[in-house]
Amino acid sequence: MNKLLAEEIYYEMVLGRLFELAAKEHYMAGDIAGFLHLDIGQEGFSVAAMKAFEKGDVFTTYREHVMAIARGMDPKAVMAELFGKATGVSRGRGGSMHLFDPSHFFYGGDAIVGGQIPNAVGCAYARKYQGRDDGVMVIFGDGATNGGAFFESLNIASTQKLPLLFVCENNGYAIGTKITRVAPFEKQAKKAEPYMVTMEVDGMDAIAVYEAVREAQHLIQSGHGPVFLEAMTCRYEGHSMSDPATYRSKEELAICKAKDPIERMEKVLTTTYGMGTEQLEALKARAQQTVDDAVAFADASAEPELKELFEDIFCKGCANV
Amino acid sequence: MLYREALNRAIDEAMSVDETVVVLGEDVGLYGGSYRVTEGLVAKYGEERLIDTPIAELSIVGNAVGMAMAGLRPVAEIMTANFALLAFDQIINHMAKYRYMSAGKITLPMVVRFPQGVSRQLAAQHSESYEQMLCAVPGLIVLAAGDVNYAYHALKYAILSDDPVVFIEHELLYNKKGEVDPSESLDPFKARVVKEGKDVTIVSYLKMVDDVMEAVPEIEKKLGKSCEVIDLCSLNPVDFRTLEASLKKTGAIVIVEEDHKTGSYGAQIVSWAAEEMFYSLDAAPLRIAAEDVPVPYNRTLELASIPTPGTITERIVEWGEKNGL
Ligand SMILES: Cc1ncc(C[n+]2csc(CCOP(=O)(O)OP(=O)(O)O)c2C)c(N)n1
Repeated sequence: MNKLLAEEIYYEMVLGRLFELAAKEHYMAGDIAGFLHLDIGQEGFSVAAMKAFEKGDVFTTYREHVMAIARGMDPKAVMAELFGKATGVSRGRGGSMHLFDPSHFFYGGDAIVGGQIPNAVGCAYARKYQGRDDGVMVIFGDGATNGGAFFESLNIASTQKLPLLFVCENNGYAIGTKITRVAPFEKQAKKAEPYMVTMEVDGMDAIAVYEAVREAQHLIQSGHGPVFLEAMTCRYEGHSMSDPATYRSKEELAICKAKDPIERMEKVLTTTYGMGTEQLEALKARAQQTVDDAVAFADASAEPELKELFEDIFCKGCANV
Repeated sequence: MLYREALNRAIDEAMSVDETVVVLGEDVGLYGGSYRVTEGLVAKYGEERLIDTPIAELSIVGNAVGMAMAGLRPVAEIMTANFALLAFDQIINHMAKYRYMSAGKITLPMVVRFPQGVSRQLAAQHSESYEQMLCAVPGLIVLAAGDVNYAYHALKYAILSDDPVVFIEHELLYNKKGEVDPSESLDPFKARVVKEGKDVTIVSYLKMVDDVMEAVPEIEKKLGKSCEVIDLCSLNPVDFRTLEASLKKTGAIVIVEEDHKTGSYGAQIVSWAAEEMFYSLDAAPLRIAAEDVPVPYNRTLELASIPTPGTITERIVEWGEKNGL
């Protein structure tokens, strides 16, 4: 990895964290409502996976602010969506869980656990049919690997040799339930082993994630069928703002935080790439400014007009009819 | 007592009197349920009777069907109704039909707890109501708990009864306060006359009953008429007797529901009124329901998509004036 890329990944991770800290603050102040699922602790995975899978279609879950921004979506429009404003990426209709931007090949933001997985299979089929070889990446949590649609998707993707990268972002918990209580093992890649090549990566190590996703993307682009990648991560916060996370011990959380992806990347930047603290501070300041601007934008934006309630249910003036 | 505490107490008491009662669902055990309905029960009854399941709704209901076939009384919790869509095959093809298809040889004493409705800014995939689908399936008892005392009695009844019950709860009611009278013998199939009146019958259920009650003083003032408010409680079967008695008295019916208007449950109630009560009616029935749009996140749009005390008042007053009430 070159210095520029490492710096960019670091910047996006810092931006992601500061963005979410601001979102948390504004949730508590009542500017943001509904379910807000923070990605804090998991930015190493979220950012590096997006950067690595630069071209190609991405499907993901409700815990997606950091991914959306790393994918190139404007932090202003993302924050405005959290605020429910007309300038938001979904014009205030989707909220935190539903960020979409087909122009960046980013398809949500799906709040039905595992619901996006069959959709990604269909997309991969379409891409193959269209002769595009970028491939498709579908991201889901460990909790999503116990539902029927997940197994159906493994089966279909492998029999049809689809260019699909399944990525399990394993943070060990589905809301308050530890994965080992509802699955017979900790690593969910085991479930995919009979169907496809599986890989594992330390999700707290952004550089490792970047390399693993690149490698996996090359594999699926080579026409040999789907790949399953598991990234072991930690979320520092509760499942959503309404979860006090009492099911997890302080010690467990401390072990997590000791592996912090941002601090780890900082070390790499200083030791391997010789960056000085002033440079890191400057990047942080720029990220903070971007977040402040996003909040100011969201705050100043208008609410959607009432007539918007009835818009975009059907396609008016679309092609071919 | 809070609504969620009333539900907790009903489950607790059913579990204590009958050891075949088991609870299953996502986070129902150690976590205590995402709406805290099963809080504390695992400490009392153990993990064999409070089963934390994977996120696999079809299996949650399907397993409950199998447990019930084999003599247990499962209470399955679906975290939010939208996720129950993944289990609709089990609910409709299995839970609702086995008794009939087996000529009564199979009995399914089971309950699916079903939190639903528009909560607060949870967006389209977490905000729906499905009573219209459930009630369209013969073989399911569908109860709708809009009241704390009813919630307690009806859930306890549902758990200990031998028929398959879908027990609908509304997500905004969990912290509602109310009195529970455990000594009462409440019939869960009987509609509740929340307020007596003589000029207009307003029928509703779940959270909308509270919204209607909030609207009524203003409606009565503006129309100069008195409203009778009925909480249906049981959506399938419906207590038509109570409705009939009320309509004979008032001659006018309004139904208020939170679900989208097209194909809604209220359409069924109104068509009953038109078919069976035509000569008692002095005015065309009025349906107040949600707009036919997926529920938006933005609070202003969200509120504009469903009935509120304000719009309920407006619509009923306008209708009353138009119909010369
Ligand atoms: C089909 C379905 N069932 C249940 C839920 C409620 N729910 C939302 S997130 C979640 C936990 C998911 O855990 P995991 O897949 O590990 O992802 P994480 O939140 O840890 O990123 C649950 C049970 C849902 N949204 N969809």
